Amino acid sequence: MYSPSYFMQQFINGLNLGSIYALVAIGLTMVYGILRLINFAHGDLMMWGAYLALALIANSFLPFGVAVLLPMLVIGLVGVLIERITYRPLRGAPEVAMLITSLGVSTLIQNSTIMTLTAQPQSFRLPPGFKQLYEVGGVNFSSLDILSFSLAILLMIGLTLFVRRTRLGIAMRASAENLRAAYLMGININQVIATAFAIGSGLAAVAGCLWAAQYNTVEPFMGFLPGLKAFVAAVIGGIGVIPGAVLGGFLLGFAEIFFVGFLPPAFSGYRDAFVFALLLMVLLIRPNGILGSSTEERA
Amino acid sequence: MLNRNALFYLFILVALLALAQLSLNNYYLRVLAVVGINIILTVSLNLTNGFTGDFSLGHAAFMAIGAYSAALLTLPMQYKLAITGLPFWLKELSLPFVVATVIGGLLAVLIAIIVGIPVLRLRGHYLAVATLGLMVIVRVVANNWQSITRGARGINGIPALTNIWWAYGWAFLTIYVVWRLVNSPYGRAMIAIREDELVAASRGVQVFRTRLLAFAISAFFAGAAGSLWAHQITAITPSSFSFLITFNVVVMLIVGGMGSISGSVIGAIVMTLVPEFLRRVETELTIGGNPLYGLSQIVVAIATILIMIFRRQGLLGGTELRFPQIFTPSSPLSSASGKRALK
Amino acid sequence: MLEIEDLHVSYGNIQAVRGISLRVEAGELVTIVGNNGAGKSTTLLTISGLLRPTAGCIFFEERNLAGASPDKIVSWGISHCPEGRMIFGRLTVAENLILGTYNRRDRVNIRQDLDRVHKLFPVLAERRNQAAGTLSGGEQQMLAIGRALMSRPRMLLLDEPSLGLSPLLVGRIFEIIRELHNQGVTILLVEQNAYQALRVADRAYVLETGKIRLTGPAVDLANNPQVRTAYLGG
Repeated sequence: MYSPSYFMQQFINGLNLGSIYALVAIGLTMVYGILRLINFAHGDLMMWGAYLALALIANSFLPFGVAVLLPMLVIGLVGVLIERITYRPLRGAPEVAMLITSLGVSTLIQNSTIMTLTAQPQSFRLPPGFKQLYEVGGVNFSSLDILSFSLAILLMIGLTLFVRRTRLGIAMRASAENLRAAYLMGININQVIATAFAIGSGLAAVAGCLWAAQYNTVEPFMGFLPGLKAFVAAVIGGIGVIPGAVLGGFLLGFAEIFFVGFLPPAFSGYRDAFVFALLLMVLLIRPNGILGSSTEERA
Repeated sequence: MLNRNALFYLFILVALLALAQLSLNNYYLRVLAVVGINIILTVSLNLTNGFTGDFSLGHAAFMAIGAYSAALLTLPMQYKLAITGLPFWLKELSLPFVVATVIGGLLAVLIAIIVGIPVLRLRGHYLAVATLGLMVIVRVVANNWQSITRGARGINGIPALTNIWWAYGWAFLTIYVVWRLVNSPYGRAMIAIREDELVAASRGVQVFRTRLLAFAISAFFAGAAGSLWAHQITAITPSSFSFLITFNVVVMLIVGGMGSISGSVIGAIVMTLVPEFLRRVETELTIGGNPLYGLSQIVVAIATILIMIFRRQGLLGGTELRFPQIFTPSSPLSSASGKRALK
Repeated sequence: MLEIEDLHVSYGNIQAVRGISLRVEAGELVTIVGNNGAGKSTTLLTISGLLRPTAGCIFFEERNLAGASPDKIVSWGISHCPEGRMIFGRLTVAENLILGTYNRRDRVNIRQDLDRVHKLFPVLAERRNQAAGTLSGGEQQMLAIGRALMSRPRMLLLDEPSLGLSPLLVGRIFEIIRELHNQGVTILLVEQNAYQALRVADRAYVLETGKIRLTGPAVDLANNPQVRTAYLGG
């Protein structure tokens, strides 16, 4: 019924979507792990990253690599600023307050974009000749696919090295496990949290660029739903642990693509409903996710 | 059932509405009606989020359910022809407004119960995200169930039946029901659950049932509000019930103060009128010739953040306004609802 | 080294510590004994900066600790080995130990200190790359002490090190504590196990419901009839 090349095609699509989800989920899970905060504004930083890259590509002829690198750094900084201004005053506040605040920040980000740039979607065109198309055995893919995936993997490897080899990275993992103990050990919690936001936001910006390159449009609301889905991915993989975010991201990417690719076309519109139905299932059966511990109280 | 104080205030309300009807122009009457709808939304959301401590973000979903079902029930026949998937008995049907609204609310309750049974086992963040997921799912269904909902095109030609009388009639009902509920043993149970679920359970409170009750009643009024809303704007699409609506209701809730009914009323009034005013400013104020769309939302968002940082408990801080009891105290606004919801 | 004057600490409305004064001289091993809820852990947590005193002062080598954040206090030379160990189970043993050095700059000495800790607790060297959560209770306690030592503290705060350990392990832990004392480490030890604590300590304080009831050389307190009946089962 479905040829191997069709399957392979879906696999590649799943890999791409999964990379994007994984990149966004990492930031969400790092922040949740340490602060128990669901940062609804995280997905919107994806959007800002994309817009920034668009501005760079459209107005100068920077190579795509730089056009992704710069937003990563800038949005990373933006993430740190947001934490400093809006979330830090709320340390120790009831979780509902932090939730509402992050919703506020999300709305703020979306609407400030609308106000300055209009809500119209804009096209995100890659530099001409950039995207080479290849075909192997009936499977279509492009140099962009290769680039996206490689970039994502590279960043994830870099992050893994960071959290395993550096003191700051180890401190981040410790803080995600037990913030109070980490504080007592003399770990500078502010530094750790700022780092988590910086890295997470930077990765989200890259994800935004990849998304924009993939779908060729940017618009102010483009980040909200992927951000939510990335949270679903993080929950599935195990909230609070970085490998969980990566695993969950890829799993969700594949699940979503396969859902659309292998079910009759009438179902394809329900892909988002599918994702959240998955979330509900996971929350009810194994709320700590695949890599999370099964005994710890996390809800 | 209604005590004498409530009747008195009902009378005052009627008098004020009559005054408004006679003296205001159409635009202001519409705004007033929207205020009424928002009161319904905020007070009903307060029941779950404020009094029971279950932070739900799914209000827009219940609105949508109520809106679509009520619209399909009141839609005049010529518009129904375009909706292909309706069962034959529905095609001929055109129900009175109040009946359609009630049915819309009841359908919302049904979904609330079905969804609530698994979902209300979650707490805090996870509940919030799960209810958000519900909203996404409802929207996806509305977009895809073309035969009933006409997908992204939505339903138009809904009779413009909403006016301030309906809006405030329902608002009064909402306030009354929630107020009576909060001051009943159920209400005390809800507050106990909010304060400390474990302790409440050990005191014999039926935690799950109480939460489900709050969730269901909240959904009913959200559905009713959805119907009122649909009959105000006369054309609905799936994107009419976006996350933005839920967010705005949450803002109204926190402005007034969670856990306070009078706070919700005030919050709804303030956060309807202020953005409305700002929206007019949006088009008048320009930067380089471009109107400042989104400004009202930005102001709302900033206000939200500031409130969370500096005055988490909102304007009334979770306590109720004490209305003068004209008649001898029969059931005074008790202090049970006076406890703070957000410390 | 450490001087506490008239310390008051409250949890909300509950007064946990109600006006205690104590001192620890360099090189001493001072112990605070008392029952559950007496305020012993609260005192240590306040010294470490996790809790704020409502009144009173804490001086460490002429520095006023009140209001300082834990990372400052660690950098000034106080290391806290918390009640219940609070090791990071998902991190490896080696990573837990490294965390003890978070504030330190001198990389050369860190290597030295790591060797020292490995010598003291050979099992930690063995299980270097294992997840700390897989260690037994006694091993975790050793890890906790080792981690505290890695910050090269001028004073070590030990909170209930014997909690939850079998009698054999308790003995081993106190041997280690005595060993550390002999090596010159200043220790403030909080313990419910008064017998062991009074055996290793130089001086002791008895804390009851937030107040100091008795103080003096450990030997004297061990022979004190009141103490014997209340805490030593005699």
